[in-house]
Amino acid sequence: MSNFIPGQPLIAVVLRIEIKKLRQGDNLILGFSIGGGIDQDPGQNPFSDDKTDKGIYVTRITPGGPAEEADLRMGDKIMQVNGYDMTMMTHDQARKRLTKKNEDVVRLLVTRKSLEEAVKHSMGSYPRQ
Amino acid sequence: MDTESTYSGYSYYSGRSRGSHRHGERSRDRHKSRNKDSRSEKSVTINTPPAEPLLGDSAVRGEQVQDDNWGETTTAVTGTSEHSLSQEDIVRITKDLEDSVGLDCRRYFTLTLAVILGLLVFLTPVAFLVLPHILWPEKLQSCGTACEGLFISVAFKLLILLLAVWALFFRSPRAGLPRVFVFRALLAVLVLLFVVSYWLFYGVRILDAQDENYQGIVQYAVSLVDALLFIHYLAIVLLELRQLQPCYSVCVMRSTDGEMRHYNLGQLSIQRAALAILEHYYCDFPVHNPALLSASKSRAAKHLAGLKVYNVDGEFPAAPAEGPGNNAAAGMAHSQSRAMIAAAARRRDTSHNELYYEEAEHERRVRKRKARLVVAVEEAFTHIKRMQEEEQKKAPGDVMDPREAAQAIFPSMARALQKYLRTTKQQHCHSMESIQQHLAFCITNNMTPKAFLESYLSAGPTLQYSRDHWLARQWTLISEVSVTSGLKDGSIFQLKCADFSLVVTTKKIPYIQMSEEYIDPKSHKFVLRLQSETSV
Repeated sequence: MSNFIPGQPLIAVVLRIEIKKLRQGDNLILGFSIGGGIDQDPGQNPFSDDKTDKGIYVTRITPGGPAEEADLRMGDKIMQVNGYDMTMMTHDQARKRLTKKNEDVVRLLVTRKSLEEAVKHSMGSYPRQ
Repeated sequence: MDTESTYSGYSYYSGRSRGSHRHGERSRDRHKSRNKDSRSEKSVTINTPPAEPLLGDSAVRGEQVQDDNWGETTTAVTGTSEHSLSQEDIVRITKDLEDSVGLDCRRYFTLTLAVILGLLVFLTPVAFLVLPHILWPEKLQSCGTACEGLFISVAFKLLILLLAVWALFFRSPRAGLPRVFVFRALLAVLVLLFVVSYWLFYGVRILDAQDENYQGIVQYAVSLVDALLFIHYLAIVLLELRQLQPCYSVCVMRSTDGEMRHYNLGQLSIQRAALAILEHYYCDFPVHNPALLSASKSRAAKHLAGLKVYNVDGEFPAAPAEGPGNNAAAGMAHSQSRAMIAAAARRRDTSHNELYYEEAEHERRVRKRKARLVVAVEEAFTHIKRMQEEEQKKAPGDVMDPREAAQAIFPSMARALQKYLRTTKQQHCHSMESIQQHLAFCITNNMTPKAFLESYLSAGPTLQYSRDHWLARQWTLISEVSVTSGLKDGSIFQLKCADFSLVVTTKKIPYIQMSEEYIDPKSHKFVLRLQSETSV
């Protein structure tokens, strides 16, 4: 979630999350809602630090759903879905990537603010060799 | 003896009647003005005796003072009441007479100079044309057609010049300025030099040589008149046109109550700028009402008089000597004043409270009286109706002209109006006669009660009041630079009158750089701000 410059490589601490889709009637659901995208208005995003960040964010987690079991949290920014980059996606493209009918499992790379701090803490307590 | 001086300070403020409160102000600013040449700074202006107060109620006069100590000090006789004269006033009257006589002499002097110059200017071309005929008629060539055509041209140009000079210069002077009007003096000198040089040339080349070419002489006279018309054009540009373009923005502030206005002036000398400002003052600034300042003065007096510094140790400050002795005395005075300020700062805690409640109470009282007044006036106006033409059959005894109609309905609103004016401290600005006149005026012009009341509800400009309020009074221009020098950025001067002074500061209007930006009307396009949330 650091300030990113379009076209430059982005460095972030990410967490790997694997969510198994749940079958509900005819649909496979993941149990969370997304917001954001390059065609959306980034200023309205309550979760981002940088209000020009047009990435995909998790805006709601259905309680008891597969996302909650997999420890996805509200406010997470989704960086990759099954290997596909999500930082430069429109809202609709992101939705399509997450709801492919032939995939049962989605492997997400998410980043959140607390991850960076945790890494800094852990790096600080053990002196580098 | 120290306590006595305190109380005499009180007697200045408490025992005053309407005309004499300026005593204190005058003696305080004696040391401030440097350029004033009048010596009687301490005098009290004789105000024209105010017209009879409303309904002849003499209780009105004594009610303005709300000073706590009036019980102890009302016996003091301060400078004057409205009708008596003190020694200082007599001195001041004689000095005024001298000044006015001096001023008139100057005015007549300039007038005679101007008339002489004008006559010289107008008679010169005529003289140029006539003198050859008188002095050497036999040698003169006869005037052909072209030459006679020039006569007509000279005649009309002289007529135009006459009208133009009459329009520009022969207007009644609207003010007497302290110094000579520089541009006019320069123009007069220029015209004089010009005419003298033409006469010189004429005298040497034509009169002495007795030139026979009359056409040449006529053309010479025509060239003189042309040049005079061009000088008149120069006069218009210098005197009238140059100051039209605004160049400076002046801020005028009244010293007594801080009323401030801003005006834009062109390039003027300080005295002309002061004149323009005074003309705006009379119609823009609300009338100066000394009764409104009494409350803050009594508060200030309470602050001053409440503290006394006693020297408990019994040391007397040494007489002023060089070196350390002087410093000791100065140091003691310094510490005394600091002690007074500290004590005063601690004491001030309650007076702001009093002020707040007093003002709130006053506001409420004014609103109540205003409500009663509005109702009374509206009711009074319903008793009067304009008579239509067809109602002439009514008995003539019932028909009234506006003045009688005003007198008929005035008593029903008089009391409410008097009380309102007394509460807002305006009662000395309006006399019963003036109110009835205003009422008759409003009735004649079909005005509503609200229109009639508007001039009493708020203080209007000085023009609105009786003639003695705003007849041109003696104004003094106080300035650190010469008053004929031009206005500059940051110049400050004062216009002082008997009761107050107007402080004027000047700022230059900045150079404005304007650029343009073109917007294509087709470029106004909008998009929706999307923020969708999809559940997956």
